[in-house]
Amino acid sequence: MYQYDKYDQKMVDARVEEFRDQANRRIAGEMTEDQFKPLRLKNGLYLQLHAYMLRVAIPYGTLNSRQMRMLATIARKYDRGYAHFTTRQNIQYNWIKLEQAADILADLATVEMHAIQTSGESIRNVSSDQYAGATADEIVDPRPYAELIRQATSFHPEFSYMPRKFKIAVIASDEDRAAMRLHDLGFKLVRNDKGELGFEVYVGGGMGRTPFVSPLIRDFLPVEHMFSYTEAVLRVWNRWARRDNIHKQRIKILVHQWGAEKMKERIEAEWQEILPNASDIPHKELERIATYFEGPAFDDNAAEDIDLSDPDFKIWVDQNVKPHKHPGYAIANISLKPAEGIPGDASADQIDLMADLAEQYSFDELRVTHAQNIVFAHVKKSDLYALWQKLDAAGLAPANLDLISDIIACPGLDYCSLANARSIPVAQKIAERFSDAEGQRDLGELKLKISGCINACGHHHSGHIGILGVDRKGTENYQLLLGGSGAEDASLGKITGPGFDEDGIVDAVETTVSKYKELREDGERFLDTYRRVGMAPFKEALYD
Amino acid sequence: MTDILRYRDDDAPMEPVVTISSFADQSNSSAVLIEAGDDVRELLPHLDRLKLAVIDFPRFRDGRGYSSARILREAGYKGEIRAIGDVLVDQIWHMRRCGFDSFAPNSPLDQKVVEESLNRYEHVYQPAADNAVPIWKLRHG
Repeated sequence: MYQYDKYDQKMVDARVEEFRDQANRRIAGEMTEDQFKPLRLKNGLYLQLHAYMLRVAIPYGTLNSRQMRMLATIARKYDRGYAHFTTRQNIQYNWIKLEQAADILADLATVEMHAIQTSGESIRNVSSDQYAGATADEIVDPRPYAELIRQATSFHPEFSYMPRKFKIAVIASDEDRAAMRLHDLGFKLVRNDKGELGFEVYVGGGMGRTPFVSPLIRDFLPVEHMFSYTEAVLRVWNRWARRDNIHKQRIKILVHQWGAEKMKERIEAEWQEILPNASDIPHKELERIATYFEGPAFDDNAAEDIDLSDPDFKIWVDQNVKPHKHPGYAIANISLKPAEGIPGDASADQIDLMADLAEQYSFDELRVTHAQNIVFAHVKKSDLYALWQKLDAAGLAPANLDLISDIIACPGLDYCSLANARSIPVAQKIAERFSDAEGQRDLGELKLKISGCINACGHHHSGHIGILGVDRKGTENYQLLLGGSGAEDASLGKITGPGFDEDGIVDAVETTVSKYKELREDGERFLDTYRRVGMAPFKEALYD
Repeated sequence: MTDILRYRDDDAPMEPVVTISSFADQSNSSAVLIEAGDDVRELLPHLDRLKLAVIDFPRFRDGRGYSSARILREAGYKGEIRAIGDVLVDQIWHMRRCGFDSFAPNSPLDQKVVEESLNRYEHVYQPAADNAVPIWKLRHG
């Protein structure tokens, strides 16, 4: 994986000192909270219900064991002994003191980590495929491109006071594991008929209160123009987006307002203006970055067979282990979704353990997924059993990847000042209701996603089943959505009808799932059945 | 008028400032006011007589002016670009990189904090309207 050189390190160190100075000026009263807010947000520091929350960037979700251990150390030293992995492959801490924030950033900088541009109206951490470099279905590893664009968009002078936040995803497979088309800017690596590498470019996706699946804006952008094209997209949006209503300032709104065709014309025209100024980064820099992602030295004699005689282990392998491009290896998913837990949470001890195990079994590398789980991308098949035993002993082996209890949920009203309703207790009640392991597996892939308000941090729009918490006359109410997807078949869920109370929504999910079991045909996932039969039968079961 | 912080050696232009739409019609004007929603490209045919471009920031969070400045520099404009309005000390570094070379904010800037912030980052990751050499270029010579 990527390693800082002296330049990267200097940038991060300078940022720590800049933030320390800004925080001190705020504490001394030389700056108003209104003036400080965008500055602290550019460093991932939010003010929540009970304390500050710090979001730390994990670029494209990849980190090493040393970095992972630092995340555990920070949880112990500055927080309450746990942390929360997020839907954008980052990690956040919920109980931070402003006075200590600069010290945390300094600790992070010692392991090549930071919180730069993890919140506020900035170009956020770039997301990518958690199976990058390990899966057979990718054209190339997308992460060197993600790293290139991470650097080029860090401290970008022109785009530091943009209309809103801006999220970029880079993938290289037909199967979209990064919800690419729900990002402001999506790059999909493809080859043209001459075999040259380029991107399909998608602009204007997003969740939030007005969700959109992004349209294709360019079907082939030569890779060497990734940065200048990104600048063109950003400049068109920065100049022409609304600035009078914070809820209508994301690029998706401008794309919707103009239509994809006009957006494309404007971006292409701006790109032609920018091109002569040669902001693009030369290929040798991409090559330099790519050497860090060449992949570990796989053992060509690694055994293919897995001893599946332990039935619990077999269940975990069947559900959580995915094929690897190299013979004798596998991709192991660690679910952070135990039935009684909080989706995406991990204790400092669990984080340390995962660091140790990744060092021992997966070439010292971990990945965070947008579904708030952890991936060991390169595990020898012969090591899987030992790995599973150690994970299981620490409560890290739920065999529920992509099943109904593998729930994405935002922190909700338990932490967040924006939330209207709690997400975590609903997730826990649903996980409990469907805790029967065999029953879950029988339901097959079923992505359930919960947001505690319309800002949609829990991705409810893209859940096969989505739940949206709202405040209805002072009580928490939950709306049910069906038919969303964040994958290559991206779609937005539709609301079934009137909402439910906390227990009612759990019953409603069960009713929906029972209806699916009744209607499904051979091999159909919930989403397939829904797309075939439509909303009506589910609505009837729920409301009549 | 507040103090002007300038990063130029020439004398500050004293000409009266007119709006973009009047600038095109008034062949004797040489100073223009660019407001946040203006299309700065309307000025490009007239750059030969432009000496001072004043870019207004109605709120510090409104970043349209950064693009306006950079577009002027990309078009080869060498005259003064002045930021006025709600301009804060923590923005000066980025504004300098976008081509601003004078500042007349609503509230005076603490010169010491300005200098500290301008010297804080030794390097930059991307080219802009200034002379800073991007890190990728330093890496490859």
